[in-house]
Amino acid sequence: MTELSKSGAAVGEPTGTSPAPTAFLEVRDLKVHFPTDDGLVKSVDGLSFQLEKGKTLGIVGESGSGKSVTSLGIMGLHTAGQYGRRKAQLSGEIWLDGTELLSADPDEVRKLRGRRMAMIFQDPLSALHPYYTIGQQIVEAYRIHHDVDKKTAKRRAVEMLDRVGIPQPDKRVDSYPHEFSGGMRQRAMIAMSLVNNPELLIADEPTTALDVTVQAQILDLIRDLQKEFGSAVIIITHDLGVVAELADDLLVMYGGRCVERGPAEKVFYEPRHPYTWGLLGSMPRLDRDQQERLIPVKGSPPSLINVPSGCAFNPRCPYADVPKDNVTRTVRPELTEVGSKHWAACHMSQEQRERIWTEEIAPKL
Amino acid sequence: MTTQRTSGRRKQALAAAAVVAALLTTAACGGGDSDNGGSKNGAAGFDAANNKVAQASEAKKGGELKFASAQDADSWDTTRGYYGFMWNFSRYYSRQLVTNATEPGKAGAGVTPDLATGLAKVSDDGKTYTYTLRDGITWEDGKPITSKDIKYGIERVWAQDVLSGGPTYLKEVLDPKGEYQGPYKDKSKDKLGLKAIETPDDKTIVFKLPKANSDFEEMLALTSASPVRQDKDTKSKYGLHPFSSGPYKFQSYSPGKDLVLVRNTEWKQESDPIRKAYPDKISIKFFSNANDLDARLIAGDYDLDLAQTGMSPQGRTTALKQHKGNLDNPVSGYIRYAVFPQSVKPFDNEHCRKAVIYGADHVSLQTARGGPVAGGDIGTNMLPPSVPGSEGQKYDPYEMAGANKNGNVAKAKEELKACGKPNGFKTTIAVRNNKPVEVATAESLQASLKKVGITVDIDQYDGAQTPGIIGSPSNVKKKGYGIIIMGWGPDFPSVQGYGLPLWHSDYILDSGNNNYALIKDKTIDGLFDDYVNTLDDAGKEKIATEINHKVMEGGYYLPFVFEKFLNWRSSRLANVYTTDGYSGMYDFVNLGLKSTK
Amino acid sequence: MLAYLIRRLFAAAVMLVVIVMVVFSIFFLIPKWAGVDIATSFVGKQADPSSVKAVAEKLGLNDPIYAQVWEFFKGIFVGRTYSAGGDVTNCSAPCFGYSFRSEQAIWPVLTDRFPVTLGLALGAAVLWLIFGLAAGVLSALKRGTLWDRGAMVVALAGVSLPIYFTGLLSLAVFSYGLGWLDAQYVPLEDSFTGWLGGMILPWITLAFLYAAMYARITRATMMEILGEDYIRTARAKGLRESVVIRKHAMRSTMTPILTMLGMDLGALIGGAILTETTFSLPGLGQAVLNAIKNQDLPVILGVTLITSLAVLIANLVVDVLYAVIDPRVRLA
Repeated sequence: MTELSKSGAAVGEPTGTSPAPTAFLEVRDLKVHFPTDDGLVKSVDGLSFQLEKGKTLGIVGESGSGKSVTSLGIMGLHTAGQYGRRKAQLSGEIWLDGTELLSADPDEVRKLRGRRMAMIFQDPLSALHPYYTIGQQIVEAYRIHHDVDKKTAKRRAVEMLDRVGIPQPDKRVDSYPHEFSGGMRQRAMIAMSLVNNPELLIADEPTTALDVTVQAQILDLIRDLQKEFGSAVIIITHDLGVVAELADDLLVMYGGRCVERGPAEKVFYEPRHPYTWGLLGSMPRLDRDQQERLIPVKGSPPSLINVPSGCAFNPRCPYADVPKDNVTRTVRPELTEVGSKHWAACHMSQEQRERIWTEEIAPKL
Repeated sequence: MTTQRTSGRRKQALAAAAVVAALLTTAACGGGDSDNGGSKNGAAGFDAANNKVAQASEAKKGGELKFASAQDADSWDTTRGYYGFMWNFSRYYSRQLVTNATEPGKAGAGVTPDLATGLAKVSDDGKTYTYTLRDGITWEDGKPITSKDIKYGIERVWAQDVLSGGPTYLKEVLDPKGEYQGPYKDKSKDKLGLKAIETPDDKTIVFKLPKANSDFEEMLALTSASPVRQDKDTKSKYGLHPFSSGPYKFQSYSPGKDLVLVRNTEWKQESDPIRKAYPDKISIKFFSNANDLDARLIAGDYDLDLAQTGMSPQGRTTALKQHKGNLDNPVSGYIRYAVFPQSVKPFDNEHCRKAVIYGADHVSLQTARGGPVAGGDIGTNMLPPSVPGSEGQKYDPYEMAGANKNGNVAKAKEELKACGKPNGFKTTIAVRNNKPVEVATAESLQASLKKVGITVDIDQYDGAQTPGIIGSPSNVKKKGYGIIIMGWGPDFPSVQGYGLPLWHSDYILDSGNNNYALIKDKTIDGLFDDYVNTLDDAGKEKIATEINHKVMEGGYYLPFVFEKFLNWRSSRLANVYTTDGYSGMYDFVNLGLKSTK
Repeated sequence: MLAYLIRRLFAAAVMLVVIVMVVFSIFFLIPKWAGVDIATSFVGKQADPSSVKAVAEKLGLNDPIYAQVWEFFKGIFVGRTYSAGGDVTNCSAPCFGYSFRSEQAIWPVLTDRFPVTLGLALGAAVLWLIFGLAAGVLSALKRGTLWDRGAMVVALAGVSLPIYFTGLLSLAVFSYGLGWLDAQYVPLEDSFTGWLGGMILPWITLAFLYAAMYARITRATMMEILGEDYIRTARAKGLRESVVIRKHAMRSTMTPILTMLGMDLGALIGGAILTETTFSLPGLGQAVLNAIKNQDLPVILGVTLITSLAVLIANLVVDVLYAVIDPRVRLA
């Protein structure tokens, strides 16, 4: 069935023949490629997932795995403000509440930005304009989508600042970003993103630039707000710890593709991809010693121009030689269902992976 | 000071200048009306006004005569001005007892009565000069000009502390001991305390010279002998608005911007035997860009260049090609030369000096000066052709325009041997950095001297500091300036007006020296003494010739050229002629316009 | 903000005093070290020692430097009287010195010529800001395109070509050649259209050089700013791209531009020598050039001081504007 959004009249037809989805957000085979002098950078190369309202999806991966590119792709920020001859190439489908965004009129997508989907960025200091007060920036965000006077908008800004826990919001509303502490800035950023009650909130590494105690507060805030507004939330992070308690579903990205996805508890307790094991190993945990705490994944992220043939993770995978016939280096593994709604892309057999996880990895964690 | 920085831009600048020159040549003359000799646009023809009067009959009364200039006068105060064009121009607003004859060429160097009824009655001993003033001579407010005004005007020369800058010949001749303190320190009631001048009545003035000087009347023809009325003397500020005794008076003057003269309605034609006073208005506009100035002359926006020092190379090229009929090529009265200070070894030895003279390639020096037209004829001696007693190129003791014109290496080596430096020597040429042509001549000299074994460095000094740098003999010696490149023109057309400061031993000064060669020759000093006591013109000329010979024989100087200019005359000008009285400039005072529009 | 202003003003005052000291040292000490006698060059062709001495006295060259500085400062507030050899010259306050070459007080010369230079600098600045910024922004937005490359080549030419080349070229083409413009300076109070006609070529010539520089800087800054996180934030809010550019990117781009503008305007006020010379504009630059030619120290000194003052004021204004634009500066 095809469900038209409110602005559906102006929205283009879906590109593929596949029917419009029922999920609130559905991404199908998203590819984001950037032409450069050195070649085509395949930052995201065939990504699919769904997200319902009120749910939280955690997208996890190293830097360069394509998680931020994905979020900017959803927001339509690869096409907005693209100058010069080289443009990002996007393909696939992004459905937001029945509207396909990639084929839609860019100005319609712009109108959705900030209103139906909003974003929180990693570094609130650089993400806020240094020359405008916090209030001015929130007021601007509100008035783009609401035809109200400045006074009303400012009341709304104060209200939002209050809601995100900024003390004396009526005074702080006139402060500049540099006059705020890091945590307060991120709160203000969140207030700005939520000022239009968006149904989809994307938080791109929202706590990375903050110190540990503030991190927890911000994550609590996001959780509380989600409950209150019922939004769909995507949290993007390189740190599994951040999404451990927050996410309903997890998606692990490597080299521009999804290597494992599933319900959070499944991915945490029954991970079926060696890269996920590596991420779990590198997760800081309070119940461990300093020395043991971090076991980073050895090696460096793959080149996105010359992605290794076969499984992209094979050069770093300690188990690359487990499957026969060198298949890890020649054939790209597809996502296969390894449990209920739990998918992973690995050449090793289910049994092999179960065994390695329970016998070799889990005890060390 | 900013925006236009770095020396690295020099080359770019030269390239740019070359391109611009080419463009100006084409752009400034879209019409390309080549008028060589009286033509459709009315120009009188090439050299038509050189030493002869062009289009005298076409001059009409009225109109605005427009001068353009890249330089303002040093001062418009008659006592303080020293620039040649200022003396020439000052005749519009100031008169003297006698003045240069308003005649073309050589005749213009003669003296003719102006305020006076006739030339001086000179006593037999040559020490008393008496003049009677004309009737009807007036100031711009209508009051008559009296002998006392003339005396006061001359007295101002004594006030050098306030009125510096002008020539001081009158002071040296009338008061050689410097007894008079000048009118501003004069204790007498009428401030007319100078003993050497008597004014028995308003119409008579008598000069009593302590010592005869046969050029005295020439000195009285200088602008610095102009009358000044005491109640109108604004002292150091007089040059901003001199009180007129001539046919025109100052209407407005902004230094460095513009100057406008209008008719002095009190001046009466019948009281003035020399001034025709054709235009109604005379204006000068000052430019800062010589190329722009030339382009505007060619475009017809202005009538002539005030400075009269020749067109810039770019303007010259265009004008010669397309408007030759608007050009005159007079001899300027200047000699361009190199001089050898005897204080710098080995130039104390005359053979070493002569080695340089023989070694130099005179044709290439002439080319560096601009060639035969824009530069001048090869200079063969040190007396300018406009000065009585000059023999021009006929006197050529080193055959510089003859057999040795491309340099004589053998002869130069001979002189080097005689000097005790058979293998040559090293020395330094001092040249003004603000005169590109002089730098070019220095380079030419450097190249030809290399062939005879004389190695020279070229030192470009700040040209604006000339009197302090090469005018200081001790500094010259310290810096080892064996060769100085310079030029000199006559203050008035006589050997005294030209050569006295250059060659007389009394003129060797600690600073502001002009006797760069440090000539201390009793014979030359004696000849100058004879000269001032010789009253007949033939005798004066003979002595002038003799002094020139003595200077040349000493080998103190290497003349480059008898300088020539290429000056622009607009097609509107009538009654135009060059005069030796002002070193080959046009005689400004009688210029007229063909059309009064 | 007020504290910031006071700090700036104080710093400017200190700078001014330092500048006066330095300028005086340059003008009065260096000729002494270089062994150049100012008085001698002043007297001219027939320099006899007594007049050299008198001139040195009149110019105050014999006084110690601190006395000269003191006299100079006093003159600015109460005027000055020069007297020598029975000649008394009054220079009424504000007396910035007196030129004995042209027999003029410096202050009227400055006030007479300042408007010419100011008109030149401001008119050119308006032109170069309009064209430089527009070209820079467009180039940044169309980076890599033919337009961008073309504009940058023109800009490179503009930066590299010397003023006297572009100036003479424009004169040759538009004034002497086509005869469209007379290109002669007419005072504004005489005729507005005449003034405009005379200023257009100098403006264009000067603006060409600066527009080129500003286009390059604008392009580079704009490209950098467009990569900033807060620009992405602005887009994420759903702002139209045109608003993103105008409201968010331009404001940040203006900061370095403004700094440059302050310096350039200040410098131009004393330093448009080549432009003024090329077009025979009777401005301060021309006055300085003439003064240098004529060894007219008081004029050079006066213009240098006024220019320094202009640079100081321009920078002060820029500092204030800077603080208005960038709130972070107010703390510094």
